Amino acid sequence: MTVLASSLDPGSPDFAANRDAMLAKLAELDAEHAKAVGGGGPKYVERHRRRGKLLARERIELLLDPDSPFLELSPLAAWGSEYPVGAALVTGIGVVEGTECVITANDPTVRGGASNPWTLRKALRANEIALRNRLPLVNLVESGGADLPSQKEVFIPGGALFRDLTRLSAAGIPTVSVVFGNSTAGGAYVPGMSDHVVMVKDRSKVFLGGPPLVRMATGEEADDESLGGADMHARVSGLADHLAVDEPDALRLARRVVARLRWDKRGPAPAAGVEPPKYDPEELLGVVPGDLKTPFDPREVVARVVDGSDFDEFKPLYGTSLATGWASVHGYPVGILANAQGVLFSAEAQKATQFIQLANQRDIPLLFLHNTTGYMVGREYEQGGIIKHGAMMINAVSNSHVPHISVLMGASYGAGHYGMCGRAYDPRFLFAWPSAKAAVMGPQQLAGVLSIVARQSAAAKGRPYDEDADAAVRAMVEQQIEAESLPVFLSGRLYDDGVIDPRDTRTVLGLCLSAVHSAPVEGARGYGVYRM
Amino acid sequence: MITSVLVANRGEIARRVLRSCRDAGLDGVAVFSDPDADAPHVREADAAVRLPGAAPADTYLRADLLVQAALAAGADAVHPGYGFLSENAGFARAVLDAGLVWIGPPPEAIAAMGSKTGAKRIMAGAGVPVLGAVDPAAATEADLPLLVKAAAGGGGRGMRVVRDLAALDGELAAARAEAASAFGDGEVFCEPYVETGRHVEVQLMADAHGTVWAVGDRDCSVQRRHQKVVEEAPAPGIPDAVREALHEAARTAARAIGYTGAGTAEFLLAPDGRFFFLEMNTRLQVEHPVTECTTGLDLVALQLRVAEGAALPPAPPATRGHAIEARLYAEDPAADWQPQAGPLHLLELPGTTARFRTPAGEECGLRLDSGVEDGDTVTVHYDPMLAKAVAWAPTRAEAARRLAAALARARIHGPATNRDLLVRVLRHPAFLAGDVHTAFLRQHHADTVARQAPDKDAEALAALAAALADAAGRRAAAPVLGGLPAGWRNVPSAPQAKRYRTADAEHEVRYRHTRDGLLAEGHPGVRLVSAAPGRVVLEAGGVRRAFAVARYGDTVHVDGPLGAVVLTAVGRFPDPAAQTAPGSLLAPMPGTVVRTAVAEGDAVRAGQTVLWLEAMKMEHRVTAPADGTVAELRVRPGQQVEPGALLAVVREAAPAGGGASAEGP
Repeated sequence: MTVLASSLDPGSPDFAANRDAMLAKLAELDAEHAKAVGGGGPKYVERHRRRGKLLARERIELLLDPDSPFLELSPLAAWGSEYPVGAALVTGIGVVEGTECVITANDPTVRGGASNPWTLRKALRANEIALRNRLPLVNLVESGGADLPSQKEVFIPGGALFRDLTRLSAAGIPTVSVVFGNSTAGGAYVPGMSDHVVMVKDRSKVFLGGPPLVRMATGEEADDESLGGADMHARVSGLADHLAVDEPDALRLARRVVARLRWDKRGPAPAAGVEPPKYDPEELLGVVPGDLKTPFDPREVVARVVDGSDFDEFKPLYGTSLATGWASVHGYPVGILANAQGVLFSAEAQKATQFIQLANQRDIPLLFLHNTTGYMVGREYEQGGIIKHGAMMINAVSNSHVPHISVLMGASYGAGHYGMCGRAYDPRFLFAWPSAKAAVMGPQQLAGVLSIVARQSAAAKGRPYDEDADAAVRAMVEQQIEAESLPVFLSGRLYDDGVIDPRDTRTVLGLCLSAVHSAPVEGARGYGVYRM
Repeated sequence: MITSVLVANRGEIARRVLRSCRDAGLDGVAVFSDPDADAPHVREADAAVRLPGAAPADTYLRADLLVQAALAAGADAVHPGYGFLSENAGFARAVLDAGLVWIGPPPEAIAAMGSKTGAKRIMAGAGVPVLGAVDPAAATEADLPLLVKAAAGGGGRGMRVVRDLAALDGELAAARAEAASAFGDGEVFCEPYVETGRHVEVQLMADAHGTVWAVGDRDCSVQRRHQKVVEEAPAPGIPDAVREALHEAARTAARAIGYTGAGTAEFLLAPDGRFFFLEMNTRLQVEHPVTECTTGLDLVALQLRVAEGAALPPAPPATRGHAIEARLYAEDPAADWQPQAGPLHLLELPGTTARFRTPAGEECGLRLDSGVEDGDTVTVHYDPMLAKAVAWAPTRAEAARRLAAALARARIHGPATNRDLLVRVLRHPAFLAGDVHTAFLRQHHADTVARQAPDKDAEALAALAAALADAAGRRAAAPVLGGLPAGWRNVPSAPQAKRYRTADAEHEVRYRHTRDGLLAEGHPGVRLVSAAPGRVVLEAGGVRRAFAVARYGDTVHVDGPLGAVVLTAVGRFPDPAAQTAPGSLLAPMPGTVVRTAVAEGDAVRAGQTVLWLEAMKMEHRVTAPADGTVAELRVRPGQQVEPGALLAVVREAAPAGGGASAEGP
């Protein structure tokens, strides 16, 4: 064992200031999460309950094994958009009858559970997680279909939802649909494409066309029940495999379906006898400085996240701006890449490349802890081949096959975001701390660059430069970039899987590592050409 | 010399006798009915012989089979225990005729005492005071109240109190029927009923050489339906002169019939100090341990020695200290003492220092004589007594306190028991003051017998402990993510919810484990110290308490310093298969269907008898809940049913006049 030493001083003023700043951000985050939990607001929640129906999260709670954990994904989807936070859909990973599943549940209190563009992106992300990690998918369906005013954003890409279901099935990954209410028109293909379908007596309505549409199309007079009632589908059409007497009964049946999947995980099992970290995770609140310009030692984070605070560092004396090493989280081995001084130089990029290759040879998942301002710029570094070396690292990350998990602790700027396995590099999971920021560069730098370019342009045209306007534009740009770098904003656009409390990092990672081990864990044996 | 003893009995007394046989270096042979095939007394015997069948009449009451069993197993002596054939002179003769040693008094002495009326005549002749019999035909208002008793047998069967002359004939007939069915002898008699008399008895031990001991006395006044519940030695608050007179009367009684072995002379002690001979029990008593605990004697060992012809020392040892026995029954005192059956998962009395014996020289202790072991099943076929708990100490108050505490803290996981009743009796001021008499339970009914309002706060805390233990168990058994915090949510929306039912309430436990500890609705300030599947430590109001939690199916037992709470876990999902049709008649208790009164398709009126169920010698009518038709009759006469079994379904007739229900939209 190589137990990390900690030099964090919880009694110091810096720690207290960092902690206060983090707690303030967490309070704001809680408020945003509360909006998602609130669904369509008290009026619609009350109406839904009056109809004797369970809320989306209540359905999930009943589906889950008692006392088991549940990781909600993309809870802030649609934040900052014209649609309510949460995007009328709840998704997450939970345990049903001892089996980890991806669970989605429409929130019918939000505009009838209709799918807006963000609902679609969130659902597709959940499907992707199910497919990549080989997790059974359980859909708790009650949706009025596409949000008609935004149909242009939803209709064409929305076909992917049904495509995903059958591709999951083709990949041998079970899909279960429990229909609690409307699932009509295109929505009818959700049960239609699922391996297992449960419907609720007198509640489920599954048809391609409802009574008005049928009358318009063919003149036939038909009622809801005969077109798409649960009883009809269970006895006549055969679309329903199980007929539930009520909502709890439907969830009971769904649990029985999952119990009979006899789902086995393909990745290696975690080690037994897991030790918690030697340092209090509560102290993670005080690690990240309020101002990201001040660097922090990511080993203080590693010491509060990994099993037994046990970390065997790789190349500790080389490329010291990036810490790399081996550890385990909840019994799962991980290779960790953590930015130590923000900037990535050639040595760091080369070290990362080697480390990623090692992890692939050993089939060890990788954990990226982001706090980077990007690859170093300047004459010396360009001439030293920083592009080649950065490209090597990005090549290694791109072609690595072991599961990646990224956590944005602080900055994640420029190509550093790519090299550290940003969203475009398909990490299995990506989470941000409230302290994180991601953008092409820091807001001040970006505003400064714009200013320099404008000044040069003015000079080239021989025009005088308006310094007052420049200051105003810089401030405005800085403010805009700052806002667009914030985790809630990025989370709203589905650029991460959620913003998490730093103290929950170990739990989130444990849950995600367990999830990724549902699929085989195998590294890449070949790589793209490295430019040397 | 005896080498091998057949014990013609079952349960705790069989185990008790086997223990003394083992100590004496004798082989012990058990007999067993079919339901008792795996009973502890069978497991503990050196050999065992099957008595085919279940009913006592087919098994433990079959003298012929018992003698055959003894011969087959090579036993040379028979110990009858108590109950069954222990006071059957015919059985004693059959044993002797087979050339075996009978561990008990001579058959003639048994026969002489077998009829209570005959015994009274003999005792009156010997100068022992008796209550005069009252001729029922000549009884007047002045003779009331009267006690109707069976001449044969005991244990309260066939015994009735009559307070109204008009009821006398009916009660006589009922007592005759009960006595005939229980003892094969329908003779009954009447005697004056002493309302608040005490039941005091003297333990006798006599050898064949003329030595008769009165080995101390016992008070067995706390009775329910004439069955003893709490017994103690010595009888408290009796003047020395009265005690000596009682002992002398007992010795006189024994000598009058040439008694040998262990026996008991029972007396009724009136409030004015007068006493009357009631009967003589020609066998070991259930409550013999209290005498053993106050004398240090092993009465069964003495029985064996006397049966071998040994002489007793001239005088018994002096008694010292005080011993109290409580009979733990699988029965529900508040529900008309209905016997309970089912698996007994755990019976644990903290502080038990001895089993089936009294360690020599220890001036205080706790003895447990139990007929069942953990994992055994309590059946409906025999007496529902689970165990006898005996505490002994230098003083009565200390013994009562110790016994009450042991029972209060006992972990009893199985059928409902009279444990709470026993604790309330042992802690009752009247009991502690020595104010015991046969009407004790009737007089203090509300304090002792009646179901006490449960302490809702203690119940709620027990439900919380049950939920948290359940959570710990689920986490430990989880095939995936077991190492993660219980019920963890990154976006919390609702707490974990679990429901538990008690006899008269439902507790919903809603809790969440947060970063700052347990958050349980309705339990502000309750802190979770630790939770394991079998043990939860909670701190409430600054006081830390440990709760032991055990779950068997849906039944959860929570034992802690606030008392024992039994909860039924209510599933999250109603089981559609378990829903009973309206009009379903369910068995209220375990028993046997005696006969049915209707057939499927019959029309029945509300209150009409559908069938009779017999449990513990009592017939219970099962009646139609409403006017209607018998849609289903699921049982036939002779069938055994468990509580809750579906007996029949009565479909209610449509109310006349029809009309739609007035239920709103």
